[in-house]
Amino acid sequence: MAATDFDVPVGLSGDDIPLSVAVNRSPADRRFRLAARASGASTLVVMGLVAVFLAKGAWPALRIAGARFFTRTEWNPDAANGSFGIAAIVWWTVMIALIALLLAVPLAVASALFINEYAPRRLRRALTALVDLLAAIPSLIYGLWGRAFAGDALAGVARWLSRNAGFVPMFDVRGDAYDSSTFVAGVIVALMVLPIATSVMREVFAQTPVAEKEGALALGATRWGMVRAVVLPFGRGGIIGGSMLALGRALGETIAIALIISPKYVVDARVLERGSNSVGALIALKFGEAGSTGLSALLALGLALFAITLVVNFAASFVVARSRSGAGVEA
Amino acid sequence: MTFRTLDRADTVPGSRSAPAPPRASASLEAQSVSAWFGSHKVLERVSLTMSAGGVTALIGPSGCGKSTFIRILNRMHELVPGAMLAGRVLLDGDDVYGDQVQATDTRRRIGMVFQKPNPFPTMTIRDNVLAGLKLTGQATSGRDALVEQSLQRAGLWNEVRNRLDSPGGALSGGQQQRLCIARALAVGPEVLLMDEPCSALDPTSTRRIEETIGEIARDVTVVIVTHNMQQAQRVSDQCAFFLAAEDEPGRIVEAGATAQIFDAPTDPRTADYVHGRFG
Repeated sequence: MAATDFDVPVGLSGDDIPLSVAVNRSPADRRFRLAARASGASTLVVMGLVAVFLAKGAWPALRIAGARFFTRTEWNPDAANGSFGIAAIVWWTVMIALIALLLAVPLAVASALFINEYAPRRLRRALTALVDLLAAIPSLIYGLWGRAFAGDALAGVARWLSRNAGFVPMFDVRGDAYDSSTFVAGVIVALMVLPIATSVMREVFAQTPVAEKEGALALGATRWGMVRAVVLPFGRGGIIGGSMLALGRALGETIAIALIISPKYVVDARVLERGSNSVGALIALKFGEAGSTGLSALLALGLALFAITLVVNFAASFVVARSRSGAGVEA
Repeated sequence: MTFRTLDRADTVPGSRSAPAPPRASASLEAQSVSAWFGSHKVLERVSLTMSAGGVTALIGPSGCGKSTFIRILNRMHELVPGAMLAGRVLLDGDDVYGDQVQATDTRRRIGMVFQKPNPFPTMTIRDNVLAGLKLTGQATSGRDALVEQSLQRAGLWNEVRNRLDSPGGALSGGQQQRLCIARALAVGPEVLLMDEPCSALDPTSTRRIEETIGEIARDVTVVIVTHNMQQAQRVSDQCAFFLAAEDEPGRIVEAGATAQIFDAPTDPRTADYVHGRFG
């Protein structure tokens, strides 16, 4: 942003030549640069190795399935005439993540705002700790809880929704089974990603300059008016960043979903109906019994998930970098 | 999720067709005001009358409670955690801390300009000026006229008339401060509080703001905190000298007409301070 680089004047002559500044780094500086670069590079190396390992393991399965790997919905890699594809599995993985985000993001924004702007100071600390505590509960516990208790309650909600709003394709249900559905999994995953989203947003909201907040209040704004005019625009990057982090976690969630859903291998929009699928859950469930083609197919599935999360994360960092919080004087 | 959503105010029926004329200025009277931060008392029974249409300067060394006092006048003090106060503040005779009074209404009637310019950096210059109207849900259809009028009164119009849609954060410090004055004037306050408005500015910008104060004082009561004695002498009609002895809360030592405070103060501490012998 600052104009550090300068244009060399056209008519350069005489003594008036820009210096080429020599940089003499001290040994300590050099060692630190080396260490920092090495640790930075190691992240990329590990990522690259994971990708290479997955691609190598997935290759046999990908050769068998060809392009239909992306379009088929069934998953029978080890059968004699095995056919398999990721269409249904990825579809439901994304649907679970979207439902989770749809519920978690508004709740996270509201919680973050409440903790920062509305809660009395003493309550603020307790609430922050509580939200962080939510993140410390193992996903296995969420899964067990979702299967044993929450599933029944949510099935009631799902039944009510489908009876009263069944004309919406998403709320349509064939048959009378409302448990183990995409919806139930999505709600449980929403609870799991809520803490990370809330704490990212809360930290960014807390950076809002007090001077700007006071400026709004001094004009006669209500607290909510101040939040809309100052805190939310400032925290836009945090809202996006927190949501994307949550999306990444939701896409990769494994054990809780594996406990909740019963697998189905069709692509449809009926999220309230029994049956769903997920990349992580499927890998966890099928890994032990997989034959050689099956194992390769699972690695290919893993590669697909790896690619999806990578894209999501890059998109997120791109968006966050573009919308620099608050300071964004985009002139 | 941006500020734009507030534009719904446009469609409120019965909106006025012309910008709000400046309301008549109001008098402000502090009666026996004390203030605390937690258990620390910072102001002790301060009483001061700020007459309608006048400019009152609050002077005194740092840490004597001037800023706290000015923030009590428009109920900004209570936003600080642990802040408490006693006494009454009468705006045209009505206590702004009365049971029926909403802080948001008081803050709309008593505007404020802060020490550090604080425009909304991502909003355009135009939206900055109109921010108060949107935030308080006031409707007006003569928006362009109001923007021009407010920027004129703040002495900024000629510099920004061709770039009203560029962000407020891109202006220089002095321009930002005048934008903040325009923003405060746009809601039609009866009183304008200024907390060291020039302390972060260069001499030229300072002069512009002093000229602005002289012009708006015709229809707005101005209360200004300043560390600059010459400034107090140049802009104010009356002066109040605050002082806090060590480990004691701030009090008003002397208040009166500016000429009298500077030329013939009754208290020797006032004479010492205004003549630069301490503080």
